[in-house]
Amino acid sequence: MTDNAVEVRNVSKTFRVYHDRNQSIKATVLKGGRAKYEEFWALRDVSLEVPKGLTFGLLGLNGSGKSTLLKCIAGILQPNEGSITTRGRMAAMLEVGSGFHPELSGRENVYLNGAILGMSDREIDRKLDSIIDFAGVERFIDHPVKNYSSGMYVRLGFSVAIHTQPELMLVDEVLAVGDKDFQAKCLSKFDELKEEGKTVVVVSHSMGTMRTFCDRAAWLQEGELQSVGTAAEVVDQYAGSGEPVIELPGGGKRRGSGEAIFTRIQVLGADGLPRDEFAPDEPVRLRLDFEAKERINRPVFSASVVNAHQLNMFRINGIDRKWIPDVLEPGFGSLEIEVSSLPFASGDYHVNAELREQGSPVPADDLREACPIKLRRGDQWTARSLVYVPSAFDGLKMGLSAPRS
Amino acid sequence: MTAGLERERSGSRTITVNLLKNLTLREVRSEYKRTALGRLWSLINPLAQIAIYGVVFGVIFGAEPEPGINSGIHLFALWLGVGIVTWGFINGGIREAMQSFLSYQGLLKKVSLPRWTLPASKVLAKGITYLTEILVVAIICGVLGGWEILLRIWMLVPLLALTAMFIYGIGLVLAIGIVYFRDLEHFWGILTQIFFYASGIMIPRTTVEAAQASLDAGGHTLLGAPIPLLALFEANPVYQFLTAYRRVVYDFAFPEWQIMLSLALWSIGALVVGLFVYSRYQAKIVEEL
Repeated sequence: MTDNAVEVRNVSKTFRVYHDRNQSIKATVLKGGRAKYEEFWALRDVSLEVPKGLTFGLLGLNGSGKSTLLKCIAGILQPNEGSITTRGRMAAMLEVGSGFHPELSGRENVYLNGAILGMSDREIDRKLDSIIDFAGVERFIDHPVKNYSSGMYVRLGFSVAIHTQPELMLVDEVLAVGDKDFQAKCLSKFDELKEEGKTVVVVSHSMGTMRTFCDRAAWLQEGELQSVGTAAEVVDQYAGSGEPVIELPGGGKRRGSGEAIFTRIQVLGADGLPRDEFAPDEPVRLRLDFEAKERINRPVFSASVVNAHQLNMFRINGIDRKWIPDVLEPGFGSLEIEVSSLPFASGDYHVNAELREQGSPVPADDLREACPIKLRRGDQWTARSLVYVPSAFDGLKMGLSAPRS
Repeated sequence: MTAGLERERSGSRTITVNLLKNLTLREVRSEYKRTALGRLWSLINPLAQIAIYGVVFGVIFGAEPEPGINSGIHLFALWLGVGIVTWGFINGGIREAMQSFLSYQGLLKKVSLPRWTLPASKVLAKGITYLTEILVVAIICGVLGGWEILLRIWMLVPLLALTAMFIYGIGLVLAIGIVYFRDLEHFWGILTQIFFYASGIMIPRTTVEAAQASLDAGGHTLLGAPIPLLALFEANPVYQFLTAYRRVVYDFAFPEWQIMLSLALWSIGALVVGLFVYSRYQAKIVEEL
């Protein structure tokens, strides 16, 4: 088990919630003792492991304990029970620009902030140019940071933090700093860290970020660990946590308000007959049969084909295609989607479908894993790849006297 | 907690020292940043105080210290000056250290770092300011009293170390205490006022002796015993610090060994208590902030 960057064992953390907080000697003497308080369990018996080299997400609603857990890992808070082991140099980015002094110049603050994050002056000397360059504040580096725009401030803070080159990086929703260009820069920096085998633990609300950014994730609710697994799985569970997920007897999962349900999903071949096995280059049609139990205004249909790792290979969505009917009257109906082909690697896939009123946070129905299909191997191998792209080697030339212009 | 241990273990004493250095520089650099006179303020402030108290107590009340033992200097303003800058260091250092966790609460909530460095950097920064102040006073004394000041000026080094330990120990206890009881600051303010007069900054020992004599002569008693005004006055560690510094800078003499022993005990005691309180409560303060 030495391959874990973080090991959290049976960690519990309670906070005191004071009824009438007093922080003065006067009040304490008058009331005869410190104020009454209740124990609030921010974390309850949480155990998890973060393997080295992975990006690990912590998901949960506000107050679910995810930030508390991150602070415990960072050593800012001390758990009441249990133990936390971390391996390697750690940098916590719970806030960027911690300890910046507004009157001091950017350069002086880089040294100060770097020292707070555990860098030596010599190390900062070496990295200074790179830090300033990454933050894009060359012209202002000798100005006091109080004159910085808020964007420049966080960019400089982020830049220092990322240059500590930690083995383990703890990040609390600070991915959302700076403008679009800077965010792209940050993400590529994180990718770099990942490639170097560094571990990242990130807390976020954004399920999109989680799904694309993280390898594994954990979901906390009211201080208790709900599940740990691959990011896609956990995000799906978390996303579905508002509505109960119903397991269907014939296989598949359904979640939604029930205003409408998909009764069947089928994939038809060119002959118009349903099948469950296809070649990667044949045209198909997806057929969604549904029953609307109530009237639905501006229904948005979407359908997707996902692979065994729950990765969307293909998705079509009514909003993107600007295909939104005005209304769906109660009753049975069906919808077909024309697909030129499913050019994916051979293997098992599922067709999923979702229907929701435009703008509604809750889908009327979200049916998954109810329609398994298989893709055959095409004319060419697709091993170690995701999609089927017909291709061929051609035109080997040798003995040229000079490189081709 | 674990992270803290890991940090220690990865051989980063240098990193902690580096952190302390940078935090101290932050204090020193930012104190008079963007003021027209800059660091000169750290001299103007005590000089102004010396002038004010010099006029009030020296001229109006006619306080008069004994002439310097070896130096022969007989100038109230200089005698007062040593007291004022030293008091400024002790009082200011304790106050800054006391408020250090509160003023750095944003940092404490977001970053794991050796927390003792925060009050330590405040004391060090004050110490650096004090060093320049006391050296200026010493130079004036040297000009007036002669080169002999150089013979014993090195005594400032152990004295400064003891003073810093004393300040740091008390500051640590108060820094933790104020997290739990915010009005500690006001209590401390009152105590400071008492000590301002009780430490003999502008009151020579002879004046207290005279007061003691008149108390005894008047037959005043407290709970049936004579009031030990002079004994209390001399037992005050701050008075002892001031006396020790005056011996070196004003008298060109060594402090009495009894004073040095007493100061060593006070300083070590304060530091031990401070570190004990710190190690017992430091992990919990973040939640209380």
